[in-house]
Amino acid sequence: MLSGWFIALLATGYLGLLFAVARFGDARADAGKSIISANVYALSLAVYCTSWTFYGSVGRATSGGLSFLTIYIGPTLMLLCVGVIIKMIRISKAQRITSIADFIASRYGKSQLLAGMVTVIAVIGVVPYIALQLKAMAASVDVLLQHSGSSVEVWGLDSTFLIAVILALFSILFGTRHLDATERHEGMVAAVAFESVVKIIAFMAVGIFVTYGMFGGLGDLFQRAAASADMERLLHLDSGRAGTWTALIILSGLAIIFLPRQFQIIVVENVDESHLKRAVWLFPLYLLLINIFVLPLALGGLLHFGAQGANPDTFVLTLPLARGAEALALLAFIGGLSAATGMVIVETIALSTMVCNDLVMPWLLHSTWLQAEKRQDLSGLLIGIRRAAIALILLLGYIYFRLAGEAYALVGIGLISFTAVAQFAPAMFGGMYWKQGTRAGAVAGLLAGFVVWLYTLLLPSFAKSGWMPSGFVEHGLFGLGWLKAQALFGLGGLDEISHCLWWSMLANMGAYVAVSLNSRPDAVEASQAERFVDVFRFDARNAEARLWRGKASPDALVGLLERFLGAARARQQLAAYALSRQAAGWRNLPADADFVQFAEAELAGAIGSASARVMVASVAQEEDLGLEEVLDILDEATQVRAHSRQLEAKQRELEAATNELREANERLRELDRMKDDFISTVTHELRTPLTSIRALSEMLHEDPRLDLADRSRFLGIIVNEAERLTRLINQILDMAKMESGRAEWTTGAVDLGEVVRESMASLEHLFREKGVALAGDIPASGPVVQADRDRLTQVMINLLSNAVKFVPGGAGRVQVGLSSAAGLVRVEVHDNGPGLTAEECNVIFEKFRQGGNTMTDKPQGTGLGLPISRQIVEYFGGNLWVESEPGAGANFIFTVPLPVPEE
Amino acid sequence: MKRANPIRQRLAALSLLGVPLLTYPLLSLPSGTWGGIPATYLYLFGVWAGLIALAAWVAERRGI
Repeated sequence: MLSGWFIALLATGYLGLLFAVARFGDARADAGKSIISANVYALSLAVYCTSWTFYGSVGRATSGGLSFLTIYIGPTLMLLCVGVIIKMIRISKAQRITSIADFIASRYGKSQLLAGMVTVIAVIGVVPYIALQLKAMAASVDVLLQHSGSSVEVWGLDSTFLIAVILALFSILFGTRHLDATERHEGMVAAVAFESVVKIIAFMAVGIFVTYGMFGGLGDLFQRAAASADMERLLHLDSGRAGTWTALIILSGLAIIFLPRQFQIIVVENVDESHLKRAVWLFPLYLLLINIFVLPLALGGLLHFGAQGANPDTFVLTLPLARGAEALALLAFIGGLSAATGMVIVETIALSTMVCNDLVMPWLLHSTWLQAEKRQDLSGLLIGIRRAAIALILLLGYIYFRLAGEAYALVGIGLISFTAVAQFAPAMFGGMYWKQGTRAGAVAGLLAGFVVWLYTLLLPSFAKSGWMPSGFVEHGLFGLGWLKAQALFGLGGLDEISHCLWWSMLANMGAYVAVSLNSRPDAVEASQAERFVDVFRFDARNAEARLWRGKASPDALVGLLERFLGAARARQQLAAYALSRQAAGWRNLPADADFVQFAEAELAGAIGSASARVMVASVAQEEDLGLEEVLDILDEATQVRAHSRQLEAKQRELEAATNELREANERLRELDRMKDDFISTVTHELRTPLTSIRALSEMLHEDPRLDLADRSRFLGIIVNEAERLTRLINQILDMAKMESGRAEWTTGAVDLGEVVRESMASLEHLFREKGVALAGDIPASGPVVQADRDRLTQVMINLLSNAVKFVPGGAGRVQVGLSSAAGLVRVEVHDNGPGLTAEECNVIFEKFRQGGNTMTDKPQGTGLGLPISRQIVEYFGGNLWVESEPGAGANFIFTVPLPVPEE
Repeated sequence: MKRANPIRQRLAALSLLGVPLLTYPLLSLPSGTWGGIPATYLYLFGVWAGLIALAAWVAERRGI
């Protein structure tokens, strides 16, 4: 089944699938519908888990037990320091940083020297790591081929070389589509996230198969391992190696943010800062899951093959094969391929950007050839350089693999790379948090750290491979014992990695701090220090415009942009910039500091900040501000900002106060209008009975011959109208008191059943007169509430007299009910009158509004009874409302809360 | 002056808590086996998983 061609086909098919994923991601990004979600971002960070994790961890566990875990605990702890990472992202976005070399160079005054140094260290440090990936891929192919007894050879080239070529093509296609390196490679990130999923599934599948399929679970594995003295050692930590443990945690914690590919993924490819919120736990969870079965796999391999049986670095493949699970072995192979390709692609893209911007560009800018070709569009050349750099880096990796392939175990090579990039830590952290750190300090620190790394770690590893004499390791340089490469100054008893880490960090930090404290930054450095350290506070608008002074011609700047970005892209960016400044086109803009800043930022995205600065300086006459003036401007900007913040706060307070005043005014006007309405309604209501009293009195006064029957009828009407007037006035007074809060309430325990019964009794004659049946089902001793007895009686009488008014005489029926539930007493007065429309149900509770047609019928009440009743009920915490439909009678309901029982 | 972000501070505090828990000398405390599985193995993965769970809880409650 596992013929060489089948494996080749499978691998090619898988790479084709990755290709499709990346294409899809790019297409979506071009369409403006990014697929980079928080989860995709978190998974893409797992590019950290290379084939070193996939194959090498098991190998390391067979010799070092649990110590492989340090490589994953460090990143977990580092990632929790979200503030540091967000600061890096914020700075990189503000400064258009494209790589870690650019970051350091930009911070220390856009120095080409520093950018170049960082690039050289990164390339020298990381090439062995790329070789390691090629080695892992070659080893995994060999295992599969050995198993099937076949081999693949195309035109006499070995499979590793073919893999390297395919990877180079893939990286070139997706890493260098656009020139602007700050523009994200979303397709690449999507492919990397996809690979992360594949590799964790593959690894866990093998882990579960071995642990539960080949052995009887974790407990069984550990018990069988404990039976052998050799393996028993692996189950426990050796506290004698506590120093190594801590050193490796520090080292891997630094690597997770300073490895060029990690910086690329975490910082440059970040779409949205809030994605970190997911990554901060999802990525560590990923690391935890992929590590659970490492030790069981190592033990399983040792138990199955014996101590000398097979290469521990390939247990992930050989264990399933030993049981004939070829499909699972193929899945593991694809997982390992994923781990290796993801790392190689991202790493080469990150390194090629650095090599192009920070090594080749400065050299080109100084060369006479470029000066001669002034008019030419250079964007094509830049892309060409990057592609060549990718190919070159992979070629270097391949050469290293060929030469040193067998000399070292996988883990050894990875840690050498980690220690190299750890040298960036002092310059990076110092640059972000310490304004006094200077370029001279950074150069000195990097140089010192790099030299120590070279002498104590890289060269000894060469010596072990037999490339150079090993005298300086065994006897010390020039035979001086204290210069022994791996026991410097006699510091023995440490493993080589911790030894190198402590000495290189001492040299690096010592030189950085000492030289920084004894040197003065120049003007550019001072302003960049401010922009980096105070990135959350820096007032760009205020300071930027004043930090650049000079003369520039817009045509020259635009010419520069067109040369390096290509004409089409330059025009596109210029149009967007003009739009942001509300101008019709760039020709309408002055060539001021802002414009120069824009041009430099755009160039920085293409060729790095250091080269961009040199190029802009070549076409613009910048006035040298001098350190003192720059510091003054920066101080002033901070002060101005503080003042403007205070002003803003004051202004906000004022606005709030104005709003409150306006609202209060509105309320007063509304109340005033309501009062006017009320007075006009009241006077109108008072005038009606007065008019009728006056008319009848005049008739009685002027006509003495009126007969007695008429007289007594008129007098009866006058008395009735006067009574109505009195009632009206009483109710208006009542209402006014209640609304102004001056009504007198005498609250006590009231038996609501008694109130209802008494009210019914007192109105009984009224019902009898009109022939209306009044029925009620009232308990003998009703619920007791806290209220004013007279007021509740008033409400009840009002509701009953309303009911009797509106039901038809003779056939009318009024039903009263009393019940209590859910802490409320509910009283209902139900009649079989004409009912109310939905609109009337609301209107009748307004003052002076009555049921029925008030235009034609004689008013039957004052129009104040229900509003007053509602106020009374609401005063005691209850509600009064009506449920009714036209023709179906009306049901007036009010509730009063029962007193809360005391605990 | 803007107040420092509380979530970032909580996460950083978790990191500071993790350092002593996952390094020596505390790491030499678990010994022997618990239920047939080496105590060190359980301790390392347990503390690690605990840190991740706390970080997830802190980070996902509100926005950064």
